[in-house]
Amino acid sequence: MSETQKVSASDNKKKDAGGTTILFFLIGVAISLALGWIIFPKLLYSKKSQPIDFSHVVHSEAVGDCDSCHFFREDGTFSGAPTLAECIDCHEEAQGDTEDERIFVEEYVAQNKEVPWLIYSEQPDSVFFSHAAHVKKAKMSCESCHGEIGTSDALPIYEENRITGYSRNIWGKNIAGIKKHTWDRMKMNDCGECHEEEIGDKGSCFQCHK
Amino acid sequence: MKIDRRSFLSLGAGATAGLAFSPLPWKLMDDSSIWTQNWPWVPVPTDGEASYVDTVCSLCPGGCGITIRKIDDRVVKAEKKDSDNANSGICILGLSSPQLLYSPSRIKTPLKKIEGKWVKISVKEAVAEIAEKLKDLRKDKLSHTLACISGSSSGTVPALFERFLKAYGSPNFITVPSVKDVYKLVFSLSLGSPYVPVFDIANSDFVVSFGTGLLDGWGNPAQAFKAHSILKDNKKKLIQIEARLSNTAAKADKWIPIKPGTEGVLALGMANIIIEKRLYLNKNILFDSVTEGFEEFKALVAKDYSVKAVAEITGVKQEDITALVEDFMKAQSPVALFGRGEGTIPGSLHEMMAVNFLNALAGNFNKAGGVHLLSDNSYINWTEPILDDTAYYGINKKRLDGAGDGKYFLAKHLLNRLPEVLNSSETSPINMLFVTDSNPFYTMADTKLVREAFEKIPFIVSFSSYMDETASMADIILPNHFFLERYQDVVATCGLKPAVGLSKPVVNPIFDTIHSGDAVIFIAKALGGTIAESFAWDDYKACLDETLEAKKDIMDKELFWVDESGVFNAFADAESSGKFEFINDKIRQTKPYTFVEAEGEKKQYPLTLIRFDSMRIASGYTANSPFMTKTVADTVIKENDIFVEINPKTAAEYNLTDGSKALLTTPKGKAQVRVHLYEGIMQGIISMPSGLGHSGYDNYLAGKGININELIGQIEDPASGFDAAWGIRAVLVRV
Repeated sequence: MSETQKVSASDNKKKDAGGTTILFFLIGVAISLALGWIIFPKLLYSKKSQPIDFSHVVHSEAVGDCDSCHFFREDGTFSGAPTLAECIDCHEEAQGDTEDERIFVEEYVAQNKEVPWLIYSEQPDSVFFSHAAHVKKAKMSCESCHGEIGTSDALPIYEENRITGYSRNIWGKNIAGIKKHTWDRMKMNDCGECHEEEIGDKGSCFQCHK
Repeated sequence: MKIDRRSFLSLGAGATAGLAFSPLPWKLMDDSSIWTQNWPWVPVPTDGEASYVDTVCSLCPGGCGITIRKIDDRVVKAEKKDSDNANSGICILGLSSPQLLYSPSRIKTPLKKIEGKWVKISVKEAVAEIAEKLKDLRKDKLSHTLACISGSSSGTVPALFERFLKAYGSPNFITVPSVKDVYKLVFSLSLGSPYVPVFDIANSDFVVSFGTGLLDGWGNPAQAFKAHSILKDNKKKLIQIEARLSNTAAKADKWIPIKPGTEGVLALGMANIIIEKRLYLNKNILFDSVTEGFEEFKALVAKDYSVKAVAEITGVKQEDITALVEDFMKAQSPVALFGRGEGTIPGSLHEMMAVNFLNALAGNFNKAGGVHLLSDNSYINWTEPILDDTAYYGINKKRLDGAGDGKYFLAKHLLNRLPEVLNSSETSPINMLFVTDSNPFYTMADTKLVREAFEKIPFIVSFSSYMDETASMADIILPNHFFLERYQDVVATCGLKPAVGLSKPVVNPIFDTIHSGDAVIFIAKALGGTIAESFAWDDYKACLDETLEAKKDIMDKELFWVDESGVFNAFADAESSGKFEFINDKIRQTKPYTFVEAEGEKKQYPLTLIRFDSMRIASGYTANSPFMTKTVADTVIKENDIFVEINPKTAAEYNLTDGSKALLTTPKGKAQVRVHLYEGIMQGIISMPSGLGHSGYDNYLAGKGININELIGQIEDPASGFDAAWGIRAVLVRV
């Protein structure tokens, strides 16, 4: 074998080795991307159903706007998810013959037991949020943060973050945190974004983290 | 294609690079930070509906109108009631009431001590056992050997205990005395009726305070702070006379340091100057027509209280005394305050009478900015209890404390005499003791003597809500509800008028406790006979409703019922001569004017130890909350070490430096302390706070500092018999 042939074979070997390295590099990238974008979100969230199903449409047709059930108390605090006290007026007796209605009346109303609703928008305790300041003062609509839940016929599946215990609605459906609507995410940056747009300032830490 | 080590390294590098472009690390970082906030031991307040309930605070005698904020059924905050007319206000102790309600040292169920250990019993069992023992005493004609120590003398609960003792057959109902008892004596002697003074500080233009802790917890602290603020806003003067630069002195326009215990001498010296210079004539009072014994008083002060003599005794410069008198009498509405510190120690009767003579000479009774006199009208109009032969026999026995008899003819109750009486007899003259709303083993001076005395008592029943020092020595505890869990009437003042407030339950009792009012009624019913007949009410609530009658509707709405008729209108109202009496037969019976000196030999104990009161340390039946202890400066208490304040010049004489450890010895005891150099205390005097050094309660309080009562003895006031000790002689040695 001539010297030239030797050099060329060695070059080919090097090229081959270089190709393998790149290929493995790309495989590594691909595995990580698949893990991060597809598998990780599936592992991170567990799916839970609400104790009973509930139709916002049926109720808003029957009792009116959101604030009929999600009302402000006399002292300005927000009541959040309704308690039995609010439901009992109509549901002391079963309304309709669905299985959910039967469970609600028999297992909760009759036993005076509160329904352990899973709250999609529940924030950590380190966050102070005033509904009054946003709804009453800034005149924001419920949809701005809660989306179109008010027009839904059934409650969505509750996806619970296995690490934090909070709902997926806080981070948003999109694992990259990309949003199309204002209600797609409820993280601190989303609050800041809106505050910056509306009042020109993200606000200070102690406004929310008291 | 050859797969080698490099390929795997490359795979790893690719995977790492890929991860950086995936959401995984960023999301995990965010989630793990939230996860750390949700560890189970991180306290999180439960969410719920907020509500507000108004009630009256009964943690001190102030009786403030407060509002409790609740989340669902949990009390989360105590606030001042938002009202101008309901004695509304709150102090640091009232603010602590949620902590006190949920305190770990609350007694959760009735307890019985068996072989030194506490055993849970039911209310029924406790009541039955107490009743059984009481029946045995009655059988042996020993009903008078039942005694009761009550923290308060006003309101229906103390009245129920007093009624019980009477119906049972014992004269020995004893209340814990305070400065209010001496206030009443002052006016009893000089105006013929036990009026309770309310000082109109807010409308005064010159306030001279003889050691009164206006900003250190005196009277109703919230109202005192408010009045002080108005005085300051109006740019009027406050002069504070005391040995230590207290908070009140620090905020005053002038602090006049005085040798402790000689305040009364200064007041008489001032009276002498006023009379000598005929300054009282400026006040346009027809002096002869409204006073009695003036000439004799004039001769007395002229003889013994010349400005020179007074300056020597008190350590106040002659020119300062004269200037003070001039300013006081020049003012339109001057007032002289008396009652030392926060007023928990009754103090010297003569000292207070001496200061009150200044008010008389300034003619400020019932005038704006002066001293307003309120009648101690009782709204409790129960029929007399029914007495059987045993009860008659028992109540006609002499009171153990000697109050109302012989040289103690002025006093109604003399708790301070009880330890001596108990210790001087071989067997205990008390066979059973009820202790309600008080913690005498802690609050009484000379703790060692008190303990020795009370250990002799064979059976003690405590009604305390807390495992305090007294409760831990008891044989049976029937724990009372905390004030936020119970109905109770609270005697207070609204502005310058007497009033009664209604404390209402804000939450249901959280433990298996029993209202002390119910406990007495149930014990009475268990005894049967005339005793049960004297307690016809079903329970305390029925008794309270019947007592308050129509007032209750007003109290439900406004929290307080104001007694418009309870204000003394003119001197002619007085039952005796209708005049202010400087000297009369009764006053003459109380021996010549004297000032109370500290116990101990000057040679052996060259220093003088005085106690000081602070808004941040509760020194009475209610002990400090953890929140309050957190606010105490580390020059007062640091971890478990208590500090003694000493003037730097005195400290230098004793080779003491700031923070150094020393042994404090008094004729009553010894304690290891640390030293805090403080220019705000007179030379030769050292001071310590009252309210620390608990042995009972919980880890937040027990073992913190020294209880000053262990170092100070009692000094019986020669005029009244009450404890008048303001300090004791002491020696401090560096260790």
